[in-house]
Amino acid sequence: MIELTVNGKRRQFTGDENMPLLWFVRDELALTGTKFGCGAGLCGACTLHVNGQAVRSCITPVSAAKGKNITTIEGLDPGGNHPVQRAWREHNVPQCGYCQGGQIMQAASLLKGNPDPSDQEIIDGMSGNICRCGTYQRIFAAVRTAAKEV
Amino acid sequence: MFQQYAESLFKNDLTSNSNSNSTKPARIVNVSRRNFLKTSGSAAALILGAQWTSMVFVSKAKAAKQSFQPSVFISIDHEGTVTLTSVRAEMGQGVRTGLPMILADELEADWGRVKIWQAPGDETKYDPAGKDKQDTDGSRSTRHHFDIMRQLGATGRHVLERAAALKWGVNASEVYAKDHRIYHTASGKSFDYGELVDVAADVPVPTDKGAIQLKHPSQWKYIGRDMPMVDNLDISTGAAKYGADVTLPGMKIAVIARCPVYRGKVKSFDASAALKVAGVDKVVEIPALADDKPAEFRALGGVAVVGTNTWSVIEGRKKLKIEWDPGHNTTHDSKTYNETLRKSAHKGGQIVRNRGDVDIAFKQANKVIEADYFVPYFIHTPMEPPAAIVDATSKPVKVWACTQSPNRVRQYVAEALGLEKTDVECWQTLLGGGFGRKSKPDYVCEAAILSKMIETPVRVQWTREDEIQQGYYHAASAQYMRAGLDKSGKVTSWHQCGAWPSILGLWDPAHKNGFKIEYGLGFVDCPYNNVPNLRMENGETDIMIRVGWYRSVNNIQHAFAMNCFAHELATAADRDYLEFMLELIGDAKNLDLSKDGVEDIWNYGDSVEDWPVMPVRLSNVLKTVATKAGYGKPMHTGHGLGIACHQSFHSYVATAVHAVVRDDGSIHVPQVDVAIDCGRYVNPEGIRKQMEGASIYGHTIAIHGKITTTKGAVKQSNFHDYPVSRMADAPLDVRVHLVEDYTHLKPCGVGEPGVPPYAPALVNAIYQATGKRIRTLPIEEQLRLA
Repeated sequence: MIELTVNGKRRQFTGDENMPLLWFVRDELALTGTKFGCGAGLCGACTLHVNGQAVRSCITPVSAAKGKNITTIEGLDPGGNHPVQRAWREHNVPQCGYCQGGQIMQAASLLKGNPDPSDQEIIDGMSGNICRCGTYQRIFAAVRTAAKEV
Repeated sequence: MFQQYAESLFKNDLTSNSNSNSTKPARIVNVSRRNFLKTSGSAAALILGAQWTSMVFVSKAKAAKQSFQPSVFISIDHEGTVTLTSVRAEMGQGVRTGLPMILADELEADWGRVKIWQAPGDETKYDPAGKDKQDTDGSRSTRHHFDIMRQLGATGRHVLERAAALKWGVNASEVYAKDHRIYHTASGKSFDYGELVDVAADVPVPTDKGAIQLKHPSQWKYIGRDMPMVDNLDISTGAAKYGADVTLPGMKIAVIARCPVYRGKVKSFDASAALKVAGVDKVVEIPALADDKPAEFRALGGVAVVGTNTWSVIEGRKKLKIEWDPGHNTTHDSKTYNETLRKSAHKGGQIVRNRGDVDIAFKQANKVIEADYFVPYFIHTPMEPPAAIVDATSKPVKVWACTQSPNRVRQYVAEALGLEKTDVECWQTLLGGGFGRKSKPDYVCEAAILSKMIETPVRVQWTREDEIQQGYYHAASAQYMRAGLDKSGKVTSWHQCGAWPSILGLWDPAHKNGFKIEYGLGFVDCPYNNVPNLRMENGETDIMIRVGWYRSVNNIQHAFAMNCFAHELATAADRDYLEFMLELIGDAKNLDLSKDGVEDIWNYGDSVEDWPVMPVRLSNVLKTVATKAGYGKPMHTGHGLGIACHQSFHSYVATAVHAVVRDDGSIHVPQVDVAIDCGRYVNPEGIRKQMEGASIYGHTIAIHGKITTTKGAVKQSNFHDYPVSRMADAPLDVRVHLVEDYTHLKPCGVGEPGVPPYAPALVNAIYQATGKRIRTLPIEEQLRLA
């Protein structure tokens, strides 16, 4: 059995420890804000935080999260008002929106580790997350805005 | 209470040349007291709907006291909350914001008190324009619904004004609507909309023509103004629901192994290892589609692994041992197939547009230039792979899906289950990108068949590998271009032959040529008008894979070949490209293609009276983008500024790309300018976003996009070998310029028209930067090898 904390709640998992966190949070916990995009760590739609660090949950087994704090997009801020979330709305970033939960979790993690990133650091930090609608210009601007507030 | 709405308001629609039209636009009715209240579960007291039944039938039905369940577009509750109905699929193009903006504006509603309700699939209720059966594609939502949304909103305002006048006992001409209230002009007293609903519920919709006044455009408060997307909060907090986010009690999850080769079948399979995976319940075969049935949007068959969570069934599928009968498409190999396309393009055959006599003109030309262009297969890769949930255990069958076409879902699911379309309900979730893929409900049919087989609700989840290897591909295409120039460098003849596998192959697998829709996608409707001799031809091709529409469809290859070839001609004539293009296009206000032998022009399903092809508008956007981008300015070594322009979905777009080609052959795009004339527009913020995104979509097409086949199977499988643009290589400074000379004309498409001009603009910029001419997409490593 694996114990871990998800969005502040203690959770237990008794299934196959190799199951990726993505499917644990989606299928077992019904937290559907974390998205399936590629299943191979290539697109970032499944990004969530393990102890505050952005990880690709589609290739991270539940066993790797044993005893750790998991935060999904639903748990990033109780009111949905994390500076990154506010910046996302201020810049009207989303188109289809499917990748944006992962983008926001990636950006929040990036800014936590580097509150004043250079342009290149934003680009490097966000290039693991694909947006097929092509909202990169606004993502870049939103990260820049959020950086002032984090 | 059922009142006929002035039909004259729909004159444009009734006389349009839309061959997909099967229904007439709806009449607007006040249905507040009808049974709809119960069925909608709404506490609203004022509901404006629409119905399609002929007036003759209405009279009889009223006499017989039959009830109606018309659609609902506006409902207002006692609190004054306005619920507006979205009848189109939201996939990032902003339609759940844009169409309600029109309704809210004419209703004079306060946007802050508006909620959006997504209608299920039912074209008898939720296709008020009667044009496209709720099928969201073809960049047509706004242009087909602008008028009807205005009329619906204005009718609601009229009814509220009448209600207030009744309550005050004054003439309706003494009141007016403003910001969610009706005011009495003389006294200044007012009612909130919520206070009027009880009276308004009994106010009939007038039948006399002109009784309902639309706002003058100067009175619009939302139309033409920037509006953020209505779903931003849900999206930014993870609350937005997409296809795979729907769960039903007792639901099973399935993934399916499908034959790698189109129309191949299962010969035999061994599921013993798969069944040992914890969480896998069953392995069942979905029978292959019968050979005599064309693919259309049907399930093709395969082996389904069914279980309790997604990971288990994905793991289980890896352990299946399947022997396939790959069928007759194993000869589909990109190396040979692409060569066949090129040969077919040279051969031509079917003349689809003809002006003057190119053969004579070529003999008289001072210079003849020819070139071959090629664009490969693409696949859509929306971030959300297809997913569908079906409960076929009882009637009506219930579907939840990320679909662009809920009524096509109902049609094909009904067929798959041996039911009637009316036995199937379809509820649309948000779509995590569509790009044309989710117009095809094959994945929903799979879930329906499985749900019936195993007698539980089923969610079918496609993986990224499924999406890339089992899709409906953008047609690979070859184009042979030939043009004659006179001594002054003017184009005297233009000969263009294209060959591609047709979308029509979904219905007629033996089909060899294109058809009028494909010819109308930037080919025969090309507005290069000042060419005296012009011939366009289409060569024959075998169809060996599912070919389907993809954002912008054939406009991509046509815009690429035409703009780049024109650049070659300008270079050969030693002329300035902008001046050359403006001469080629001209400034005619109307291009009459019937004079060039195009008898059955598609024109995106619309009338040429309402949406003529206007070369002058293409010239306009070209001039605008050249000015904005600083065309002609000196560029550093290794830098280039390329421009291209294209008309598609009735819109005119010109794109200028500033490209830097580094020493290692890699490309950087520091700035893009896009000028668009899309006629009357609703949400400029939405247009900017679509042009920004379309540029990046075009960047992927130009740099990365390529699907190839080996022995009939698609070689690529995920984002490592089918890369798409990421922030690191995408343009991040896209500047959008709205050209407003023709805003008095009909709205035109926005979702797709930004894509086609990007790749040729980039390729032209690369030529300026390096002198290297790219004629085959994607660019990939072509500059690195140079």
